[in-house]
Amino acid sequence: MGQLDAAEEGGASALTRLLSLIFRIVFAVAIPLIAFAVIYVGFIFLRDTETRKEITAVVAIIWGVGGIALLYWVFNWLVERLPDEWTRRLQPFVFVGPAIFILLAYLTLPAVNTFMLSLFDRDGWPDGTGFYQIWTWPEAFQSESFVGIQNYIDIFSERLLSEALRNNVMWIVFGSTFSVAFGLLIAVLADRSRYERFSKTMIFLPMAISFVGASVIWNFIYEVRPAELPQIGLLNAVVVGLGGDPKPWYAWADIAPWNNLFLIVIVVWLQAGFSMVLFSAALKGIPEELLEAARVDGANEVQIFFRIMIPYIRGTIITVWTTIVIFTLKIFDVVWVMTGGQFGTHVVATQFYRQAFTARNSGFGSAIAIVLLLAVVPVLIYNLRQFRDQEAF
Amino acid sequence: MTGSGRQKWIGILAVNGALVIIILMWTIPTLGIFVSSFRDRFDIQTSGWWTVLPHREWQTIETIAVADLDVDPQGVMDIRGAVGTFEELREGVQSEDGNYQVTWVGNRRLGRIEIQEQVWAVSWDFTLDNYQQVIGGKEFEITDAEGNTEVIQGDDMSNAFLNSLAIAIPATVIPILIAAFAAYAFAWMRFPGRRLLFILVVGLLVVPLQIALVPVLQIYNELDLNGTFLAMWLAHTGFGLALATYLLFNYIATLPRETLESAFIDGASHFTVFTRLVLPLSVPALASFAIFQFLWVWNDYLVALVFLGSNPDLEVVTQRLADITGSRGNDWHLLTAGAFVTMVLPLFVFLALQRYFVRGLLAGSVKG
Repeated sequence: MGQLDAAEEGGASALTRLLSLIFRIVFAVAIPLIAFAVIYVGFIFLRDTETRKEITAVVAIIWGVGGIALLYWVFNWLVERLPDEWTRRLQPFVFVGPAIFILLAYLTLPAVNTFMLSLFDRDGWPDGTGFYQIWTWPEAFQSESFVGIQNYIDIFSERLLSEALRNNVMWIVFGSTFSVAFGLLIAVLADRSRYERFSKTMIFLPMAISFVGASVIWNFIYEVRPAELPQIGLLNAVVVGLGGDPKPWYAWADIAPWNNLFLIVIVVWLQAGFSMVLFSAALKGIPEELLEAARVDGANEVQIFFRIMIPYIRGTIITVWTTIVIFTLKIFDVVWVMTGGQFGTHVVATQFYRQAFTARNSGFGSAIAIVLLLAVVPVLIYNLRQFRDQEAF
Repeated sequence: MTGSGRQKWIGILAVNGALVIIILMWTIPTLGIFVSSFRDRFDIQTSGWWTVLPHREWQTIETIAVADLDVDPQGVMDIRGAVGTFEELREGVQSEDGNYQVTWVGNRRLGRIEIQEQVWAVSWDFTLDNYQQVIGGKEFEITDAEGNTEVIQGDDMSNAFLNSLAIAIPATVIPILIAAFAAYAFAWMRFPGRRLLFILVVGLLVVPLQIALVPVLQIYNELDLNGTFLAMWLAHTGFGLALATYLLFNYIATLPRETLESAFIDGASHFTVFTRLVLPLSVPALASFAIFQFLWVWNDYLVALVFLGSNPDLEVVTQRLADITGSRGNDWHLLTAGAFVTMVLPLFVFLALQRYFVRGLLAGSVKG
């Protein structure tokens, strides 16, 4: 028990506290940095040698993974040599430090930097200044590159982004609704079938397919040929077979914005399996007596579905819904591969890519990224609230 | 009794019927490219992939020279029960009983007449050429139906496949290792700032990775890391770490307290308990996150596009496939085979380890 409740800070002197803070930070930073340095050197060495790619890859894998494991071991060994009291103070940071450091380096600080970049013009931080050189900030803010909220004003006045925002709303509304509805329908049906396992696997399978792969799959379904030739796309073959005219579906700009639905279908196809699994588990949690009692009282299956099942799994429905909303909010691959944003199908994430990396306008691109972040803030706050209410922590 | 028995049967039938329809909707798209990837490139362009199923097709059974027929090409003609003018016959006319289709080929005087009958047919001309071309990196010759040869540059999917593997394996193992240490510390060690740091992890769960791309790319530029495996490993580690820590914490925190405590009483250190006890006990959680992260990295397109875009030699499968879509979007024989090459490994992993994947989903895996 003694080891579990380590680190009594109360009686420590100010000097001890300062020292332990410094050492903790050192440990948290040292492992990732040394690991990085070691891997980096090995990597450069590997890159410069003329070996076969397969061998390079295998060596790199062992080098990278093994190196990191070894570092943990070495640092832990060092810490365990210290007096017990110091081991207790520092060991947690050997364990948790690298993860926190990486989260700071790869997400938290870049997020703040992105916000700062969104206040500058297309070239970002002026020469000689930078996010990580805090002392240069005053200079940067006084330079001409600093444009304040101009990028945000531009975002909401530029036509392309309003189109992207409109499409994103469509994605969120239709994508999440259809994914949830299909997932629920399939979960209920499969629950009553003898072929439950098989059916669920088949529905679930697309989750293993990349968006790029799915785009090719559906592009083939939507393929259009001139009316006099045989159609090789399934959808147009059916339409022509029923006496209609072949249509370019997602590239059908006449019906914009509704042509976006043909892209949304792809994501519903990929994601329905996700919601199905969660709903299926939730449905199995409904006590059998409850359903039996309702049946005895003469409720039919439809009534049971709406009056008992839906209320019972409401929590799961909300979780699945928010997950898919966040997911569709960031949708990029499908649109980028299928249309590249043509035919009125741009979404926020494709505009972000286009502005930040194709047009190389880092200020504008960063502002769009901040808009994406703001959109998930409600969910973020909800998650943190949930966490706060947890007794366990 | 029979009434309720019949009702029950109707119920079962309705449920399974609806299920079958939905399953077909979900599998036919993939089946379509799978079948097409084995079809001859000419066949793919001229007929739907469903023609591999038995279907009725018009087949010419007889050809007659116009000169041998006693008809007036200027008026309405009756040939084997098919009635029409020259113009109509050129388009093809079906005989009244529907058994024949008569088509006039060529001009009025010297043309010929083809009599066609409907027969059952399957177009089963399968080939592995598409895969050869998509996987291979070298140039090779192909011969088309008319005997013309053509030199074609392969699409080198095998190289992209190796790149994807070399990126996905470390990008799966490294975050697991780092996250497992952190999850253990959060669950079984007491230290100042523990709660605050875990709030950071929870908060980062839903943060879109787009928020970090521009600054990270700038740092990579300064370190000359762009277009390297290392850049991809670290980026995927950074973007997957919050979820990994959260998931593994949820599992490791629920391990039986008594087991760990008795180990501590026996004098085991945290490190020993972690490596000897906690890691082996956490295999299910480690496996479910590993599958997640592997699928995520393998299927990723955006991160690869940003950090590998400058180095075509390291292109991953999704990039390669997207490139073919962009440059030769009508070469369906390549696209279908290429798509399947990108899907093979994730589908296999998925089917083999589905149990762990589902468990991970239920444990609240929601990637930001």
